[in-house]
Amino acid sequence: MQRNPTTTMPGLSPIEIRDLRCVAAMMIPASVEYRVPGADDDVIFADILASLGRDLGNVRHALTALRQLAGGALADLDAARREAVADEFRGTGGASSAALSRVILQCYYRDDRVVRSLGLEPRPPFPKGHTLEQGDWSLLDPVRARPKMWRDAP
Amino acid sequence: MNEMVDVLIIGSGASGAAVAWSLADTRMKILCLEQGDWMKQLDYPSNRRDWEARVFGDFATSPNIRARPTDYPINDDNSPIKVVNFNGVGGSTIMYTGHYPRLHPSDFRVRSLDGVADDWPIDYPTLEPYFAENDRMTGVSGLAGDPAGPPRQPPMPPLPLGKSGARFAQAMNKLGWHWWPSDTALATTEYEGRAPCINLGHCTPACTQGAKASTDITYWPAAIRAGVELRTRCRVREIVTNERGMASGVIYYGTEGIEQFQPAEIVILACNGVGTPRLLLNSKSTHFPDGLANSSGLVGKNLMFHPYAQVYGYVEEPLDSNRAPPLCLWSKEFYETDSARGFVRGYTFQFGRGVGPVTEAITSADSGRLPWGSGHHRAFRRLVGRRIGLSAICEDLPEAHNRVTLDPVLKDGHGIPAPKVDYTVGENTQRMMDHGIARAKEILTKAGATDICVNSPILYGGWHLLGTARMGTDPERSVVNEWGRCHDVKNLFIVDGSVFVTSGGVNPTSTIQALALYIANSIKQRLATLFD
Repeated sequence: MQRNPTTTMPGLSPIEIRDLRCVAAMMIPASVEYRVPGADDDVIFADILASLGRDLGNVRHALTALRQLAGGALADLDAARREAVADEFRGTGGASSAALSRVILQCYYRDDRVVRSLGLEPRPPFPKGHTLEQGDWSLLDPVRARPKMWRDAP
Repeated sequence: MNEMVDVLIIGSGASGAAVAWSLADTRMKILCLEQGDWMKQLDYPSNRRDWEARVFGDFATSPNIRARPTDYPINDDNSPIKVVNFNGVGGSTIMYTGHYPRLHPSDFRVRSLDGVADDWPIDYPTLEPYFAENDRMTGVSGLAGDPAGPPRQPPMPPLPLGKSGARFAQAMNKLGWHWWPSDTALATTEYEGRAPCINLGHCTPACTQGAKASTDITYWPAAIRAGVELRTRCRVREIVTNERGMASGVIYYGTEGIEQFQPAEIVILACNGVGTPRLLLNSKSTHFPDGLANSSGLVGKNLMFHPYAQVYGYVEEPLDSNRAPPLCLWSKEFYETDSARGFVRGYTFQFGRGVGPVTEAITSADSGRLPWGSGHHRAFRRLVGRRIGLSAICEDLPEAHNRVTLDPVLKDGHGIPAPKVDYTVGENTQRMMDHGIARAKEILTKAGATDICVNSPILYGGWHLLGTARMGTDPERSVVNEWGRCHDVKNLFIVDGSVFVTSGGVNPTSTIQALALYIANSIKQRLATLFD
């Protein structure tokens, strides 16, 4: 049973923060082609740290697992070894791995620069909403012409 | 001690609101106890930039993840489908999507027509006027003329087809299969003071616009104007009975957590198919050692969910994505029994539109479609805004081993034993899901989709909580009679999805509310002899 941790716990340690930033950069690097920052960008990473909330426990668990696989801080490894550790970690799956991925993605894909790069407006849905085209209702004509499909019941 | 009331309703969701409103014209003193709060529309996710992230937090559909003080935990470890709900004024209508089909006439005669499960003690024509009344109170949008169901007249026009709907419609026409714009509980025009839908696109975790018909903005304002009292943050622990075996009231914990007794002449349960058996099983006494109203042993048994088989894929052109209600069309092509399919009964296809960028990224990362590193951006741009999907809502047959009991350890914030769910997908249902997945793949392929993915059953898909206090004329084989009164306790009624005999293959809220109105009317018609 997945449960929300209700106890308060201290925030991430400096070494955990460094590893989390390292994971963020590995997951979503900056792109010149798409003119977007990486997930380790100062603004985005600050949002990630500020948004850990109820995911803190799972994220800490994931970072601990990564550190164990790395034999130390992930951020201290060379690029090739980091990739190997990350691949092994992702293969294990589980709630903590999913939470680690989610806390990065949910902040990255709400950053104004990133949202604009996708051709979207950086705003909440309310109050402007969106426009939805009616579409061609004549598509329904062959369905209208069908005989009754439901069964009478005795 | 609190003042005696004539009618005490427990729960303010889909059914509790409807029964409260209907009974209000009797001028009886009516009180509803709700464990949650009144909700504020501007607090809803779609009013904030973190709108998508909040469905993983304070607007998660699972009470175990959401874990608000107003929620109670549910041990659903032994179920491949997790219970989802919401606790607050409006109940789970706060967090439903508003797909609003009715049960079919054949759904009330399952034994007679198909030789499985049991017939209901009532039929579709009995409920028909209550369906219509509920459509008016709720404000339903849709289109008359659907050949797949009995005639109905939704008071508002349907949601637009949009790009996604048109693409599905073309695919279904190529296949020669039925489709129709869904009946929805979303206002497509101004309706009884409600603003019309402006395509916030994030309907399930509550509608900031107020276009979605949650009962806090439909039935409740009318019920309160008519004199019903609604008391929030009141969590009922147990129903108390007297020496005559009648319900005398309830014990509940109020705002400050103080235990109180509320006496009542009539008690009505409207707590859904998990909350209602939980409360009955927590109401043991000398008279009722196995739980209240449980002489049949059926309280909590025959839990039905509607397993959802979700299938989706990706097309080349950007579609409606999250910029429109996820509701779109339905298909009843595979609803009525056809023995050639290898199963009895059937399912509805519910066609969706798409998801927002955060949801796309998270689900695609979880399923391995979205890589880490330099390939991430290119891969994501081939996915975002291009998803198109549908779900088969499969009829679940009643099976006694699928049940709600009390967890021996787990308790809520007031120390009340929590419910435990044991559930497995039945063989007939599994064959139905497999059929639905195969047909959905055909539809998506015809719609031009590739990279087709299957999510079955949807893990957090236990929206529909049915069957755990079934209706019937035989007290040995049912918990309530044909008008909702408990066989064992003549002033105790149940009006929520617990009373369903079978589940049908459609979202049940419309039928739950029609049943609540029907039971309310049955009470009104029998007031002089109600306890005979």
